[in-house]
Amino acid sequence: MLAASPRLRAILLRVAQAIPVVMGVVVISFVLTRALPGDPAVYFAGVAADEASIEQTRVAMGLDKPLPVQFAHYVADLLQGDLGQSLSSGRPVATDLANRLPASLELTLTALIIAVVIAVPLGVLAATRPGTWVDHLCRIVVTAGVSLPTFFTGILLIYIFYYILGIAPSPLGRLDFIYLDPDHVTGFYLIDAALMGDWETWWGAAKQLILPAATLALFTLAPIARMTRAAMLTALSSDFVRTARAAGLSNRTVLYGYAFRNALLPVVTTLGMVFSFALGANVLVEKVFAWPGIGSYAVEALVVSDYAAVQGFVLAMALLFVALNLVIDLLYTAIDPRIGFDAK
Amino acid sequence: MSDITPADLPRQKGTLDHILYVLRANPVTLIAFGMFAFLILSALFGPALVPYDPLATNAGNALQPPSWAHWFGTDQIGRDVFSRVIVATRLDLTISVAAVAISFVVGSVLGCIAGYWGGWPDIILNRFLDTIMAFPLFVLAMGIVAALGNSVENIIYATAIINMPFYARLVRAEVNIRRDAGFVRAAKLAGSSDMRVLATQIFPNALPPMMVQVSLNLGWAILNAAGLSFIGLGVSPPTAEWGIMVAEGANFIVSGEWWLAVFPGLWLMFAVFTFNLLGDGLRDIVDPRKRT
Amino acid sequence: MLSVKDLSVMFQTRRGAVDAVRGVSFDVAKGEILGIVGESGSGKSVTSYALMRILDAGGMIKAGEATYSGVDLRRAAERDMRDIRGREISMIFQNPRAALNPIRKVGHQIEDVLRQHAQATRYDARGKAIAAMEAVRINDAQARFDAYPFELSGGMCQRIVCAIALACDPKLLIADEPTTGLDITTQKAVMDLVSGLIRERDMSSILITHDLGLAAQYCDRLLVMKDGLIVEQGDPAQIFGQPAHPYSRKLVDATPRAGASVRDLLPAEARSAEPRMLATDQPLVEVRNLTKTYAGKSGPVHAVRGISFTINRGQCVGLVGESGCGKSTISEMLVRLLDPTSGQIKFDGDDIAKTPARRFARDSRRADIQMVFQDATDSLNPRHTARQTIAEPLRRLARMRGNALTTRIEELAGLVGLPLSLLDRFPHQLSGGQKARVGIARAVALDPKFLILDEPTAALDVSIQAVVLNLLVDLRAKLGLSYLFVSHDLHVVRLLCDHVIVMKDGQIVEEGPARDVMADPKDPYTKSLIAAAPTPPERAGDTAPTQLETKNAQHLAVHDTRAS
Repeated sequence: MLAASPRLRAILLRVAQAIPVVMGVVVISFVLTRALPGDPAVYFAGVAADEASIEQTRVAMGLDKPLPVQFAHYVADLLQGDLGQSLSSGRPVATDLANRLPASLELTLTALIIAVVIAVPLGVLAATRPGTWVDHLCRIVVTAGVSLPTFFTGILLIYIFYYILGIAPSPLGRLDFIYLDPDHVTGFYLIDAALMGDWETWWGAAKQLILPAATLALFTLAPIARMTRAAMLTALSSDFVRTARAAGLSNRTVLYGYAFRNALLPVVTTLGMVFSFALGANVLVEKVFAWPGIGSYAVEALVVSDYAAVQGFVLAMALLFVALNLVIDLLYTAIDPRIGFDAK
Repeated sequence: MSDITPADLPRQKGTLDHILYVLRANPVTLIAFGMFAFLILSALFGPALVPYDPLATNAGNALQPPSWAHWFGTDQIGRDVFSRVIVATRLDLTISVAAVAISFVVGSVLGCIAGYWGGWPDIILNRFLDTIMAFPLFVLAMGIVAALGNSVENIIYATAIINMPFYARLVRAEVNIRRDAGFVRAAKLAGSSDMRVLATQIFPNALPPMMVQVSLNLGWAILNAAGLSFIGLGVSPPTAEWGIMVAEGANFIVSGEWWLAVFPGLWLMFAVFTFNLLGDGLRDIVDPRKRT
Repeated sequence: MLSVKDLSVMFQTRRGAVDAVRGVSFDVAKGEILGIVGESGSGKSVTSYALMRILDAGGMIKAGEATYSGVDLRRAAERDMRDIRGREISMIFQNPRAALNPIRKVGHQIEDVLRQHAQATRYDARGKAIAAMEAVRINDAQARFDAYPFELSGGMCQRIVCAIALACDPKLLIADEPTTGLDITTQKAVMDLVSGLIRERDMSSILITHDLGLAAQYCDRLLVMKDGLIVEQGDPAQIFGQPAHPYSRKLVDATPRAGASVRDLLPAEARSAEPRMLATDQPLVEVRNLTKTYAGKSGPVHAVRGISFTINRGQCVGLVGESGCGKSTISEMLVRLLDPTSGQIKFDGDDIAKTPARRFARDSRRADIQMVFQDATDSLNPRHTARQTIAEPLRRLARMRGNALTTRIEELAGLVGLPLSLLDRFPHQLSGGQKARVGIARAVALDPKFLILDEPTAALDVSIQAVVLNLLVDLRAKLGLSYLFVSHDLHVVRLLCDHVIVMKDGQIVEEGPARDVMADPKDPYTKSLIAAAPTPPERAGDTAPTQLETKNAQHLAVHDTRAS
């Protein structure tokens, strides 16, 4: 009861802090849009444009107006969810992104769950048994994991599991053409297929998902395992663990009730950075596996110089990441009672 | 400094002992130093030593698997993969070293100002860094290269920008914890100005953790640059570069011509692995307790 | 009850095996409080961890026996040890805030222990935990049950640690430096509480401390340890009266106590006559209405509230108070590293507060006002040798170079008793006392007129403290310095200072000649400070103590015990 008001204030403050960050993100994406090589109007007018149509595009897009006015228009468009037209698909960028987002999220979240499920126990085991094979395994996984270029791991996995062993399906998209897409409910094929009770399609989607998700998980595993191990080591050598030992608490209580809960705090903080890496690596993995998410959309757009689509993608990713960070920080507030108080 | 050179003797001895100890306890660090030397040598002398011109095509000799004549095989237009992989070392290292150097310098200056004086420069810097870090970093790099144009310099700038926050934050933290340290206050009592205190007392103490960061970041910068060229940004064909070679080779992997993608990929991994091992080794040397 | 024979503990470290404890033997009888006293690195804490089998990684019992009520502590199964810990033998630690799980409510931490040892079920755990909290005299235990450690003061955290340790009614309590880092009045409250409970419950106890005075006051029997060995054991009066071993004699001598002069702290053979001080009544530093207010999160924080005092030429003024009283803020302002909110600092008649702190580095009076810092390790740049450190002020302010510089540095090293061979060492290659000497040499390098000593011995072992204090006394006489000596320890201040200022909450509560304040304190706060200091048995051979002073201290101590 006593703690309620400062903590509430801390939470509100954290939410408020996201506002200037979002504004900064919008400013940077505006700068990126307007800093296009050469004249943006030339790009947006298309390849076959002549002087007149370029000028027409310029006026239509408001590029003849001063920058602050352009920025105001940009923000106004954003508020209506308008990210511009995609040249290649001919549809609004926002629509394209919304259609493809579930595919990306399904891939990234599956990978993160796999990574957390493996990395956290690995880190804990390594910290509680220093010098054993688990510890060495952890160290190898950690160093190798951050050194692996995701696009290369993906290609290697395809070569081994598709070409040599023949147990993985061809690395093209979310579902083999012999299956029908499940009805769109969440956009996550695994969930939608399960909702329909169509387990054959579910299995088909899972088979397609497993290689790209494993590729991404290998990459994100390393920082999580490393941080878990380090945080666990710090917690285990802390004074309060010694107090708990001296009071005769069982190993289980000391390890999980005392050490692990405290070690979780820095691990949760690392998750923000891990998300950043995962969302970036996601682009590469999607390209390798021809995964129809927003990452491969951006790569395809890059190839044909469809800049509105690329910048829309960058902005969308940033907003997604800001939201994820906010969730992580609020999660942190929930598990650390000290938030909102001056630490002495 | 010159009038007190004997002062450095015991320190050098102590440091040397310590380095020898770390190397003996952890031979992997020694191997990492060896791998690093190999990379530097390939970058310096590789282009002069490789057996084939990395750009020479030979349609009659396309897609040959590894052999004595072509250690890493040949690609779809008959270029020698081994020569291309070695020659690419110089370009990839240049990109990452240049990017890390820029972010090191800019990050250090900004971090020092914010960490030492605090106040509004600190607030502005933090907001700015928050904004950069609000983007998934690889995605930001994509956006920057897409906006600035497809060139090697722009890859360097983009990589420098996404690396900069790490240095600025690290320096800011290192400077901040020492701002009120006893030896800093003592230096002020000895008549040193703020700038002098910062340059001679505080910053040198922040260097060891920075060197660890530099080493780890070099690996990361290589990964980023290769990732960007993998999706078609920055370096353009037919230039030999690991990311592009993997991207080109990827098309042949499903038909079994694995060597096109695997060798440049392995080389890329080797380089990143070297820098990561080196970073961990430096961390051991700098602070054995932080070893994770 | 507890019997230890030839216990040896070894640590596997990077530099090979280190013997931390080398064959110690002792017994603890039922109802006895045993004190283990030693300086840092003596192996006193390691001994207790070995008994509980909670040594850090790399540590192991190499040889010897430890038997507790017939149980072989060395060979008992881990499962049996767990039943012994907390239930039969429990421990309290130093730094109580860190000793508690920071993200678990303190009440739940007590419940954990009760339930582990089957002393409570899920249903009555809360009630029993609250009872355990009330047993350690925590007021309003109901409300405190739901507090997190960071919401409680250091003294309150130590009470919670005690509650955890005593919840299951153990027979033996091991207290490892239980009051280190706590303010002296809190120290007394915690020690009185713990010793009271031990007597009340007829428990045995081992008190591990570096403070011989504290151990002597609360223990029935003392062990003195050095380098992993027990050098002497006996009852406090005997160890204080006639220490047999040279080391315990040195330790007893070095412990500040009522009636001893600063020279009495040194071993008898090293004592020379105390130099005569030339205190004058011409003012050197005049502080007038000095205030410092910080902008805090919840309103302004008044660190210093309108303070005035004067330091005469050649005088040593002591500034005493507990943590947070504003004494460090004052020294920062006087040395011109911090600008006051208002008020004057007259130095030699000029108001130096008019020059902002950031421009004072180039002020002509910079060399006249210097400071010796609290933590010798923190105050030396780890990348500079002792020579470079001492050279810094000489190069910057005296523009000395080359031979003149070398000569002056070596002269200073001689002055502070630092062997020339150590000049080219880095701080991590020097001992605590040597680092303190380097810091002092740097401070006096420019022949300052006024030196501020900010707890210069707080981080040092007592035997080194004794040497450093004497060095400071000699320097003051030799160089004609004026000192402001800032400390939390009245007994140390009394040794050096002519005049004492006692501070509390940013204000002066009492000031006057050191002798008068110690012998006849007027303010209740000063009285409680004096009473809280441990009162070891009298030491034969001290310079005749003023009768009044000792009697008064004892009287106050008795009075205070009754009050609490």
